[in-house]
Amino acid sequence: MSYTLGQEQLDRMEDILQQNLVDIGVRCVFLIDMAGNIIANKDNGKIKHDVYSLAALAAGNFGAVSAMAKIIGEGEFSLLFHKGKKENIHFNKINADFLLITIFSNEISLGFLRLKVGEAAEMIEKILSEITTP
Amino acid sequence: MAFVNPKKKEVQVKIVYYGPGRGGKTTNLEYIYKKFSARIKTEMVTIKTHGDRTLFFDFLPFDIGKVNGYDIKVQLYTVPGQVKYNATRRLVLRGVDGIVFVADSMMVRREKNILSIKNLQADLANYKKSIFKIPIVLQFNKVDLAEQGIPLTPVETLEKDLNSQLKTSAFKASALKGTNVVQTMKKIISMTISTIVKELK
Repeated sequence: MSYTLGQEQLDRMEDILQQNLVDIGVRCVFLIDMAGNIIANKDNGKIKHDVYSLAALAAGNFGAVSAMAKIIGEGEFSLLFHKGKKENIHFNKINADFLLITIFSNEISLGFLRLKVGEAAEMIEKILSEITTP
Repeated sequence: MAFVNPKKKEVQVKIVYYGPGRGGKTTNLEYIYKKFSARIKTEMVTIKTHGDRTLFFDFLPFDIGKVNGYDIKVQLYTVPGQVKYNATRRLVLRGVDGIVFVADSMMVRREKNILSIKNLQADLANYKKSIFKIPIVLQFNKVDLAEQGIPLTPVETLEKDLNSQLKTSAFKASALKGTNVVQTMKKIISMTISTIVKELK
């Protein structure tokens, strides 16, 4: 199954990522599907991560954690977050097929980030519900 | 599940190398990575055990140029072949667009090939996909071992075991030496792209 999104939908999603996340100071944010494809990404212009590899690993990581949750009888873990010395990575499931990954420094609190990610995720979910699969 | 991005004029395609453990899936990707190092800008990602077996997957993104004005970004993955890694193997197949089944030509691995292709069929069914509908290419790997006197399963037998129903292209190959590795990849890419083009029309 292949799918596509319209230019206008992609523009709207990038605007949401920019305004809700990059503008509050996150370093890099990307919307991916569970297959590891990148749908949209935005960053603060100062970093150059290999986003395609990150997307593949993030999708795999999320899939592995979800499978672990099922084995121990949890539907899913609600907070998926990796903390580093300087950089942190946060995963937010949008729906069954899409994930929002945010990379941010210690200057942003996790609580504030989760709030903003939650708002962005809700708006993106609305756009994705318009998705057309041929 | 290929994703077409009209904004960036880009298509992302997922191709997975599947097959029994120690059959040469990772070696295929390593050869491609070496051969096309000038065109592949990123490092190959591998998640493996200390024993050098693939634990989760290998990942190699590969730009193959433009089709109908769209940049085609092929993402090559391998699965772990060992039976015990069933759960992670299945995860890698999520959203797969095309498959290379790497069979081991060594006589002693004949049963493992048959078991693995059955496993593939079940894994695909888990995502509501049919092995008969998805683009798939077979590769009979390790043919170079014949020179060392190691008994190999005859191609006719491999065809009968693995390809009697699929009736798809099959390549005799040596991933280690690079024989037919690129041809296998080119074939699966062209089959996958033409399927995607048809789906999107």
